[in-house]
Parts: sequence; structure tokens; C-alpha cells
Amino acid sequence: MKGLRPLLPLLVVSLAGFSAGPVVAQDWVHTGTNLGNQTIRIAAADFKPLGYDAQTPALKAVFDATLYNDLGNAGIFDVVSKSLAPQAMPGSPTEMVASQWSAAPSSAAMVAFGAFAVNGGRIAVSGWLFDTSNTVNPQVLGKQYNEAATDDMARTIAHRFADEIISRLGGGVNGIAETKIYFVSNRTGSKEIWAMDYDGQNQHQITHLGSISISPRISPDSSRLAFSTLGHDGWSVRMYSLELGRMVGFPGGSAGGSNLSPAWSSDGSKVAFSSSRSGDSEIWVADANGNGPHRVTSITGPNVSPVWNPRTNSQLAFVSGRTSEPQIYTMDQDGSNMQRMTDSGYAVSPSWSPSGALLAFSWNRKYGPGDPGGQDIYVFEIASMHWLQVTHESGSNDFPSWAPDTRHIVFQRSIGHRTQIWTMLADGTHQKQLTQAGDNSMPNWSWK
Amino acid sequence: MNARNRILVPVVLLCGLMAVAGCKKKEAPLPPATVAPPATIPAPSAMLSATPTVISAGDQVQLSWRTTDATSVSIDGIGDVPTVGVKTVTPTVATTYHLVARGEGGTAEASATVTVNSPPAIVVPSNTMSAAEEFKASVHDIFFDYDTDAIRPDAQATLSANASYLASHPDIKIVIGGYCDERGSDEYNLALGQRRADATKNALVTAGVAATRVRVISYGKEKPFCSESNEACWQQNRRAGFSIDQ
Repeated sequence: MKGLRPLLPLLVVSLAGFSAGPVVAQDWVHTGTNLGNQTIRIAAADFKPLGYDAQTPALKAVFDATLYNDLGNAGIFDVVSKSLAPQAMPGSPTEMVASQWSAAPSSAAMVAFGAFAVNGGRIAVSGWLFDTSNTVNPQVLGKQYNEAATDDMARTIAHRFADEIISRLGGGVNGIAETKIYFVSNRTGSKEIWAMDYDGQNQHQITHLGSISISPRISPDSSRLAFSTLGHDGWSVRMYSLELGRMVGFPGGSAGGSNLSPAWSSDGSKVAFSSSRSGDSEIWVADANGNGPHRVTSITGPNVSPVWNPRTNSQLAFVSGRTSEPQIYTMDQDGSNMQRMTDSGYAVSPSWSPSGALLAFSWNRKYGPGDPGGQDIYVFEIASMHWLQVTHESGSNDFPSWAPDTRHIVFQRSIGHRTQIWTMLADGTHQKQLTQAGDNSMPNWSWK
Repeated sequence: MNARNRILVPVVLLCGLMAVAGCKKKEAPLPPATVAPPATIPAPSAMLSATPTVISAGDQVQLSWRTTDATSVSIDGIGDVPTVGVKTVTPTVATTYHLVARGEGGTAEASATVTVNSPPAIVVPSNTMSAAEEFKASVHDIFFDYDTDAIRPDAQATLSANASYLASHPDIKIVIGGYCDERGSDEYNLALGQRRADATKNALVTAGVAATRVRVISYGKEKPFCSESNEACWQQNRRAGFSIDQ
């Protein structure tokens, strides 16, 4: 499952592609992310079509494929491949014969099933999750959904149902099927900020500034997008309101020079960024509305890419080039108690895990003239100072961003001069390419 | 994608034709402009202005308008608007905003044009071509070692020559662009490019060039001079580049 199979048309490939065995952590992996624990074998039955609406078959196909995909992507299931699953399409608990699903070859411990209908331009879905080993009380979940009859909503319903299942069986950690990924794409000819669903579907352009816009960072409540744009006097940190559909002010983000790499605190009250306004590139913090910018660091050398400890909002990790090649440091939010995390090489782009325990970052451990090295994603456990390499020998990997479940990481991978966005489990398995068109970079996973 | 374009193009053309045909039909029944409306109904008036009228892509422009005796007011591309108002727009290409005010007494129109310069870059206006050529021949870029903003000894002489050229041409304002090679990470390279450009500016200021004449932009690895993955090309891209401002 460590193959670099590009994610072609997602819905088709997924039917054939997920037949491999359980996602098992490899020897060099210990992330503390609960990966590699015992996985639950789960089957997703094709839902039973009800009624005769002409839209039903196409929308149901989208729904079935999305649900199957979401369960596979979750990283905590061993999903029964469609070819091993019974042909039955139970549309209600009374039609469910659990023994059919628990028997070999599907051998499912859990089975998701239900009915799918389109009535008067609305999708109506009833979904259940059964525990096949519990003959007395097999129902784990029963959910109903009713939404407009569009591809988008068929996918959304599948995402919601998948997230219910994942939340129920995944140790209380919410699923990520409804999350978004923000990124930079040049496919219109200039670098603009784009968004997509977590699985690469629904890619759409957010900004239309016609300049160079980079480093998108979505606010914790998903209402605003901070990023950096090149203008007449250099780079400004700017703000786009997804609620209003337009740019909004962020006065502290413009001061001439380079104002780069914004980062939200997890309570949404503050934005840290890098600014050269004092004559050197330092870490600054402003209110979420762009007021009251104040400097946190006073370190000669480039200082960029701050990120808050989302657990406490009292600590920042950032990149500093004070000793020549950039290294990862942590500090308290007032600039005190600075600690160097990486000992050598070229270490950039920290992302702090939602749990607060881990940093993901990009590291070229043998960076230097004449030494091509390899730029890979690493996960670093702060308490133990232990790190592990999660990408290996494939392109140049940068800008990791944790998913809210702390199980997934999105990142950019450059091969030759082409850069695309990939996701993976935090142990490096299950790598999937999400983008194809143009060059796509600097992904940022939404908080929920 | 191609198949989609094949469908899209005729559809767009068809829509265009329909729009043109539609306009003609609408114009016909309108009363000729010379027909005086009844004396009791004054003709509408309209005024539209844009501030500023010249911007860089991504900058904001404030449109403000005032009309009198109008019952409906619209601006092309924006839609219906109040009879008096202000709106901030962010055009990415040169745009003429066209306002139409309709009232019982007739129609009034007003326009305002915004010119959009391409994103900050090395812009050479045609009317100063010879000055630009002279600048290019006299002011030279300087180059850096990898992952550092230290001015190299071999760059000092170049900087001195650049400073004396600027001293003898006090009207010229310049932009210093900070550039990095393709290795490493975008955000870090922008900070590094800023430091290269700032260090270069500081050296010029030390040599007597007024700081107000120098604008500094970091391009990091966004606008490389060459794109091969070898040291010769990387050296080309690790530079502070000089150009005339505006």
C-alpha cells in the first residue's frame, strides 16, 4: 500500500484499488498517532436503490464510491474489497443477513448498508452500521439524510455518514471526510489560492488577484483565509472572507518588505507571521483582525513559518536561519524559552499536530552544495525529541499540514519541476496524489 | 478537457450572438434621445469616478457615483446599485466601469477607466528606453553564496560602481529584487531573498544613495532567471537584481 499510485478519477479507481490488506505500520514507524493498532474489518454494501427516478443510478454510484473511499481513507479500517463482498444490497435492517457478511471471504466485523432514493429533486438516504458478531443487538448506527439531488450533495451525505462511522469506531476521533484542503495553484497562469475536498474532489479557485499568492492558512472556524500576496511594495499578509466572498482588511499585514507565512492560533484570536518591517525578518503576532502587530523574536537571520501549539496557544514553532541553514525552533509566545529541535541539515515548514505532541516538518538532512540529499517529511515527537522519516526516496517533499484527526498529513511533492499535492497517513503509508492540473503547492488542511 | 472546450466554444459563441441580437432588439423600442421628455420630468444625470485610476494588480480601487432623477442605476459587471454609492473593486486587468442611470426622464451614462499595471516586475517604459539601456549597461546585479545574504568581496566593486552611477543620476529610482535558487523551501527563500535585497540596499545607502530612492522586493524562487538544476544556474538565481522603479 506504499505505492505511489496517482489518484486518477477517484470514484473509478477506488473500486479496484483498495483491495490490499490492512494498513500496517512498518518497523521504522512509531508516531503515537494510534496507527498500526488493530484495524477493524468493515464492509460497505452498495446501497439499495429505491424508486424509479432517473437521477438515482448516477447519484447512487457517486454515493457508494465516496462512502467506500472515505472508509478506506480513514486509516483505521481494513475495508472489504467490493469483489469479496456479497452481492446483496440490503436496504433496511430487516433485509440485512449479517452472517452473509461475517462469513469468508468478506469476513467483515462491521457492515455499512442502507437505502438510496431520489424523490422530487431530493436525495433521501437511510444508512445503518451493523456489528456482525452481535446477533442480539447488531445496530451500531442508524442515520437518515435528505439533501438536494446533486453530485456534490451525494458526496457530502457519504462524507457525513462515513464520519459518523469513523467517529463511532475510531476511538472518538472525528473523521475528516467533511474537511477541506486549501492550496496554491498556478493553473490559471498566476499563483492563486484554491480549495478542494479532502479527497481531491471539488477543486475550485478562491482568489483572483492576478499576482502571486501563497501560504494559505484557513482560520479554525473556516470563515477566513489568511495568505501572502506580492504587491507593489513587497509581500503582504492578506485576508479573504469565505463568508463574504471577498477580501477583508488585515492592516497589520502590510508594512512593505516581506510579510509572509501567516498562522492562526487554534482559538482564532491571533495570527502569527513573519515580517521584515523592523529591518530583519522576525516573527510577529497580530490580532485576528490585523490590529496590534508586535514583534516576538529578535534574531538575526531569516525567521519564518511560525505555527502555534494548537493545544495551548502559548508556544510557537518556527524556522530560523540564525546558524546558516534553517532549523526548527520552539519558543513561548513572548519569544522566551527558545529551543532548537533539529540538529543539522535544512529543516523547514513545521506543522503542529492538533494533539500538541508532534511536529511534522520538511527536512533535508544532508543539505549543501554538491549534495543533492533528499527533502522528506519527518514527524517529531516533542517530548521525547525522537523523529521519524515518513516519506522516502520520492521527489522533494515540503509543506506538511496535519489533518484534524492527527492521523493524516497533506504535503507537496516535487518531481522534476512539477509539484503536486498528496495526502498520506502519518506513518507514510497510503500515499495518494490529489492534484493533476498545473502546479499545486503549500497545502493547508482545515481544522474541522 | 478538449471535448469540453469543443462544446464550450460554440456555446459561448452562441451566447454572444444572442446577447448581441438581444441588445439590438432592446434598443429599437427606446425613444430617440432627441425626444424631449415631458417638462415635469427632469432627465437623470450621472457621475462616476474611480480612485486611483492606475493600480497594480491586486490593489483596490474605490468607485464612487452620484446620480439624480434616476429610478434604476446599474454598473456593468457589478449589477444594480443604489443611486448614490461607493464600492471597492479589485480589477485584475484594465477595466472601464460603465454606469447607466435610468429614470422617467430618460437615460444617463457615465464611465471611469482603471488602468492595471502587471504585478510588480521589472518594467521598462518605452519613453525612457535609452535611459533604461544606459542603466542596464551601467548598473549590474550582484550574486550571493548559497543560503547566505552576506555581500561577497567581488560584489563590493559592483556596488560601488552602481552607487556612483546612481549619484550621477539623481532622478532615477530603483527596485532591488532579492532572488534565491530553486533548492529549499518557498517561505524561507522569500525571507532570505528579502535579506539579500535589504543587505544590498543598505550597502547602497552606506555609499550615499538616499534610502527613499530604493524600493526592495523579495522574489525568493518565484521568478528565477534560469531553471536548470545545476550550480551554474543556481548561482544565476542567487542574486540581487537592479531595475529602474516605474
